[in-house]
Amino acid sequence: MDYLAKKRLVSSFFQNTNPWKVMVWLMGALVAFILLLPTIYLLLRAVEAGDAVWNILFSARTARVLLRTVYLAASVTLASALVAVPIAWLTVRTDLPMRRVCAILTTLPLVVPSYVGAYLFISVLGPRGILQQWLEPLGVQQLPKLYGFPGAFLVLTLLSYPYILTSTRASLMRMNPALEEASRNLGNGPWSTFWRVTLPQLRPGLAAGGLLVTLYVLRDFGAVSVMRYSTFTRVLYIQYQSSFDRTGAAVLALVLILLTVFVLLIEIRTRGRASYYGGHVGAIGRPIQVQLGYWRWPSLLLCASVVILSLVLPASILLYWFLRSLKLSIAFPSLWTAAWNSVFASGLASAISLLAAIPVALLSVRQMGWMALFLERVSYSAFALPGMVVALAMVFFGANYANPIYQTLYLLLLGYLIMFLPQALGALRTSLLQIAPSIEQAARTLGKGPVNVFRTITVPVAWPGIAAGIGIVFLTAMKELPITLILGPLGFNTLATSVWSAVEEAMFGAAAAPALLLILLSSVPMALLILRERV
Amino acid sequence: MSDIAVRCKGLVKTFAEAGALNGLSLDVKKGQILALIGPSGCGKTTLLRLITGVSKPDSGSVEVGGKVMVSAEVFVPPENRRVGMVFQNYALFPHLTVAANVAYGLHGTNRDDQVNAMLQLVSLSGYADRMPHELSGGEQQRVALARAMGPRPDVLLLDEPFSNLDSGQRVHVRNQVRAILRMSGTTAIFVTHHQEEALFMGDRIAVQHQGCVEQVGTPGDVFGNPATRFVATFMGETDLIPGEVTNEGVQTEIGLLQSTNPVKVGDQVEVAVRADDVRITPDPTSGAIVLTREYRGMVNVYRVRLPSGRFIHSLQRHTVRIAPATPVRVVIDPGHELACFINSD
Repeated sequence: MDYLAKKRLVSSFFQNTNPWKVMVWLMGALVAFILLLPTIYLLLRAVEAGDAVWNILFSARTARVLLRTVYLAASVTLASALVAVPIAWLTVRTDLPMRRVCAILTTLPLVVPSYVGAYLFISVLGPRGILQQWLEPLGVQQLPKLYGFPGAFLVLTLLSYPYILTSTRASLMRMNPALEEASRNLGNGPWSTFWRVTLPQLRPGLAAGGLLVTLYVLRDFGAVSVMRYSTFTRVLYIQYQSSFDRTGAAVLALVLILLTVFVLLIEIRTRGRASYYGGHVGAIGRPIQVQLGYWRWPSLLLCASVVILSLVLPASILLYWFLRSLKLSIAFPSLWTAAWNSVFASGLASAISLLAAIPVALLSVRQMGWMALFLERVSYSAFALPGMVVALAMVFFGANYANPIYQTLYLLLLGYLIMFLPQALGALRTSLLQIAPSIEQAARTLGKGPVNVFRTITVPVAWPGIAAGIGIVFLTAMKELPITLILGPLGFNTLATSVWSAVEEAMFGAAAAPALLLILLSSVPMALLILRERV
Repeated sequence: MSDIAVRCKGLVKTFAEAGALNGLSLDVKKGQILALIGPSGCGKTTLLRLITGVSKPDSGSVEVGGKVMVSAEVFVPPENRRVGMVFQNYALFPHLTVAANVAYGLHGTNRDDQVNAMLQLVSLSGYADRMPHELSGGEQQRVALARAMGPRPDVLLLDEPFSNLDSGQRVHVRNQVRAILRMSGTTAIFVTHHQEEALFMGDRIAVQHQGCVEQVGTPGDVFGNPATRFVATFMGETDLIPGEVTNEGVQTEIGLLQSTNPVKVGDQVEVAVRADDVRITPDPTSGAIVLTREYRGMVNVYRVRLPSGRFIHSLQRHTVRIAPATPVRVVIDPGHELACFINSD
């Protein structure tokens, strides 16, 4: 059944239940308004300033920030691809020793928040870091400079290459092995086949993963701030802290939004094409497994060094700081408060994101027409808002127009809602779309009203997908930094802000315990996902 | 009119794509199985959706069990219609066991007994605790049937219920389903685009074409006396041979044919000739030539070019072998009168 027919089929869900329909529409409109709030606010600020906007927009400073941001994003994306593609190929298509273990370990860096990664690297490789202290007796006075571009580049690459790795692995596993066999059959050797058949097939997956990395870098606040590399997010934070130059901040934030939108649009286009490429007819056979021969050990070494750099090293440094902080008996009561605050705020964040996503998902899956489409687009457009931008817009908005909730948990939750609704919506929509409309119709013909059907059929069937979505939102909220930092009430410390404030004052030991707890908590669902995928 | 279970009057539903209804009317008697047949896109599924109430007609009305379900003034939502439905993909609730699926539409204290009775009816008594994905296609089909019949609906709709089964299962399952419907005296509307299935399942057959019902009747009626040119060509392999009505019959290039329909002398008509009514014998003097032979196991179907350039098909036992390019004499020997239609050209 084609898409339109399917929409038509399900559009009848609400057809005869008007009060519900009206309520769902109202809720959807409210959600859309909240999501648009930051952008509207920033635009108003910019318009208010009049011609001054153009001076800021075309200033040399703006150009420098833009250039730095783009440069960092491009370098990290390229480097991530260079790391990820060989590992993907080795773990999927060859007889690499311990390839299952390699496959799992190389995806794990995803659980490390960027500010934690940056802090661990700076504490070792930075000035007066562990490495230099070790080397000092040997007469080494200074290490190569880590602050600035090199540090940001290193940390972001090591933490974000798994995005490309997973998408490339998926493409490789989905690929029809008959294509490669056909190429070999037509007289091409293994190398020639890789370049002429395999790599072109990987291109969509590679592009999708690469754009995720680019977006990660554009939105990142933690690593660039710790590494003192002034991309948009860091400049915005500094402006917020020092001058409260709202027009300047608004203009920079808008430029960053535009940049993100641009990347997102490319991402959406390639995603469409990727699914087109992915389709193939006939049964999937067993792929050819390449025998590495003498290359087995160098290949393993490559994977191992990536694992060591991105996982073992950070983990051992973290453990080192943690043990040291234990010895120094740094106060732990505040840790438990922070952990509770993290769980509490993230729990609320995932709950309200899910609740707010329900009307939007229902409307976009079950209703036709431009209103539903508009609502869906608005909700996804929130993807283009980096956390720092949301935080900044909402803090200005709160201070000026919403004083009662300024400096309260409500404003923080509003920020989380804007930030995480697209994720919750994505999970919800996918789960709802997987339910054949005829299942709900069957329930209706068996004598149950629409609300009853939603409760007894729709929700239970969609539940696994929804639960996974809530889990992911919960974890992302735990790690989230800029919104928590700026919108959280005074004295509201979470694990994320505890790490941040300790690192800001170079108290690396004090940052260890909250960072460790954060990573452990984030690893639980990751482990579940891996176990379920059975790599 | 208490013996009418479903009455559709003047149903109109417009769509940009295929599947529209253009003033369709149809009655189904209580206890009967009506097979609704037509090419894809003729609006069969649309009609079912209007009867179940998941979709609303632009105009027209539907009555079920003597009560108006939808009309210009009335709309009864699907859950209050007492219309059961078996979906093409079965639409079993994937998170519920077989028993819970069947129990979903049931009420009252003796739900367990009702579930057991239904499962027994479809011979799935031992399957109560299975999950839908653990069942074969035919078993899922029977669960869907039990679930839909459980609440004792006034009418049961089946939307191409056998199309997801392989051909071996299909004959077996449809025998079972027919027996179950018969045994319980259920009124049913059964949608298909398989001629053979419709002829086997239906007490009556309705042929739907371009959003209207073109003919309703017993299988023998619809097959033997097609009311329209479309019905004639859709039911069975039929060639239309033009001719002129004379006092003796219809004069065509393959001889004089007898026709049922009321026509006047001098009318230009087309006679519907089925392949099994056409005999061919090798004859070097004939102007008709065998073009191809299609081997179908028990029979051969020959495609023959007549002197006029028209084609006619002939069905022969597999023992009769005539090579392509052989000139043949064509004799129409139906043993009954043939349907014919006024040639509008």
